Amino acid sequence: MEAIIMGIIKSAIRLATPYLYASIGETLGQLSGVLNLGVDGVMLMGAFSAFYTVVKTGNLVLGLLMAMLVGGVFGLLIAFINVTLKAEQGISGIGVYIFGLGLSSLLFRVLIGTVQTVNGFAPLHIPWLSKIPILGEIFFQQNILVYGAFLLIPLSWFVINKTPLGLSIRAVGQHPEAADSLGVNIVRIRYLTVIIGGILSGVAGASLSIALLNVFQQNLTNGMGFIAVALVYFGAWRPVSVLTGALLFSTVNAIQIWIQVKGINIPSDFTLMLPYIVTIIVLTAMAKRHVRPPKALNKPFERGE
Amino acid sequence: MNDRNFREILMGLIPLAAFLLALSIGTLLIAILGINPLVAYRALIKGAFGSLNAIADTVVKATPLLFVGLGICIAFRAGVLNIGGEGQLVVGALSATIFCLNFPNLPGWILAFIALLIGLIFGAIWAGIAGFLKAYFNVNEILSTIMLNYIAAYGMNYLLRGPIMDPLQVQLGSFIPQTARLSQTVDLPRLIPTRLHFGTVIAVVFAILVYILLWRTTIGFRIRMVGQNIQASLASGINVQKYMVLAFILSGALIGLGGAIEVIGVHHRIFTDGSVSGFTGSAGFNGIVAALFGQLHPIGTIPASLLLGALLTGANKMQRVVQIPSALIGALNGLIVLFVVGSEFLRRRQTRIMEKTAEVKDSCKTVHQEEKS
Repeated sequence: MEAIIMGIIKSAIRLATPYLYASIGETLGQLSGVLNLGVDGVMLMGAFSAFYTVVKTGNLVLGLLMAMLVGGVFGLLIAFINVTLKAEQGISGIGVYIFGLGLSSLLFRVLIGTVQTVNGFAPLHIPWLSKIPILGEIFFQQNILVYGAFLLIPLSWFVINKTPLGLSIRAVGQHPEAADSLGVNIVRIRYLTVIIGGILSGVAGASLSIALLNVFQQNLTNGMGFIAVALVYFGAWRPVSVLTGALLFSTVNAIQIWIQVKGINIPSDFTLMLPYIVTIIVLTAMAKRHVRPPKALNKPFERGE
Repeated sequence: MNDRNFREILMGLIPLAAFLLALSIGTLLIAILGINPLVAYRALIKGAFGSLNAIADTVVKATPLLFVGLGICIAFRAGVLNIGGEGQLVVGALSATIFCLNFPNLPGWILAFIALLIGLIFGAIWAGIAGFLKAYFNVNEILSTIMLNYIAAYGMNYLLRGPIMDPLQVQLGSFIPQTARLSQTVDLPRLIPTRLHFGTVIAVVFAILVYILLWRTTIGFRIRMVGQNIQASLASGINVQKYMVLAFILSGALIGLGGAIEVIGVHHRIFTDGSVSGFTGSAGFNGIVAALFGQLHPIGTIPASLLLGALLTGANKMQRVVQIPSALIGALNGLIVLFVVGSEFLRRRQTRIMEKTAEVKDSCKTVHQEEKS
């Protein structure tokens, strides 16, 4: 029993990785007032770029960098459409999703074609810490992208709450007019957060294709990017609460995988359904809390006359 | 006045420009992949329009897009973004199929009629969940509808792998996840000796009905008002929540009906390849593209669906002839959405210019009147 629980916790920690990268990226964007619903599409492009690079070169770091680059370019595209062209953000997000899904499937079919695996990032045992009984095995024998994801939480908390940049980001999302009158460059801040969000979504995708699953297939993410957006609501735009939400989902995933591996007699379609049902329940439950989204979320900035 | 007409025509051309822009990027992609774009497009056009059968297939492909597109028109006009077309198609198709399988002895036309009605009702319920959560719990409808898509797809997969699997598949031991073929008496009539079926006529009739609903009835007026300005709607006493739910229900009803028609008009059974878009072929998403491309106007959605239907049908041919995966069309569809939604700023600027001109004219008038008196 102990071994089972430890196994589930360990894989829950691992599986939280893509959610963490994507959700923290989305949190930054939303705090500055930009709702990006195309995360899933960007994740797919990141996952593909990383995977393809590793297949061709065997270089994992290069693969990760490619995912970041492609994610960043997508971030730039999203920022241009939402901030400069002031598009309806819900619809443009769906456009990004459909585009990312289509393009990654197309490139996969043309450039790779068949299902194959790569040797992804191996577990990195942290000296001394990994020797601690139980905890060491759960927390300190993971791959480097897992560590990165967990370090991102305090880092993003610090940037958002303790730096002038974080203040600007929050000001732009809450009171763009006030921020504008104080000389904060709204467009620049929003471009910055959305591009960082794109890069992090790219890493989230790479964490699937070259660290956790080590494969790529069409629609690899299966809606994970949308769940990541839901986690931002769940976490009420606070990195630490986003972490709680990510762990909740990764635990659900871990249990679901365990049930399948164990061959327990629950149809796999039901267990696969679980994360999506939990998302709806969680979003509904959140509605009763008195947390308000950033006031300027989903509202393009128009300077008054 | 002429100037104004000219500008309106110009605005109408925006989606076309967006389409051409997407197509030129597609051309670039094809060229990068090392294939002659001219050869590729020739295959695509031949695949979509090359023969009577090809044209029929294009129309058949366009039909579910039109149903989804009409549903999207209603939802988006009410300001709610229903991205749950995939799930609503599946639920509509599934409920209609289960009904037909259980009552094979009813007269064909009664069976078909009730099957369509059931698809419509279940599609409405499935979308209604998201509408209810949006209106009364402020749950982001894009997220909830996406989640409902996955729940519907996995639910369908479960049923097809077990309870409603074709008994023949079980008997043969091949276990292909699909239902038995429905009784032939329930098949929708064919229009000409091709795959073209009566469902297309139903779709066009509904396009006109949706137009009448949105622009010729009080309900439609209120739906559009909720979409344009919630504050003003509240101020004028409209029950905003009710109309949000209603928009979702109407939207899901049309899409569910489309799903049922896919079953009794085209496939005559439900099947899955295990993926979430196995049965729908992503029509739930492509229909959104059609609606946006048709400027969220039910009548405009008809040619938009045909164009996308042609692209999808032609892409299959293109895949066979020059080995360009049909996923290319998915990427192009995404670009079309981005270009259409990105070009909205032109329209906004246009309205602002028009408003300003009107203001200037008004003030001129007042000055004139003052001078007279």
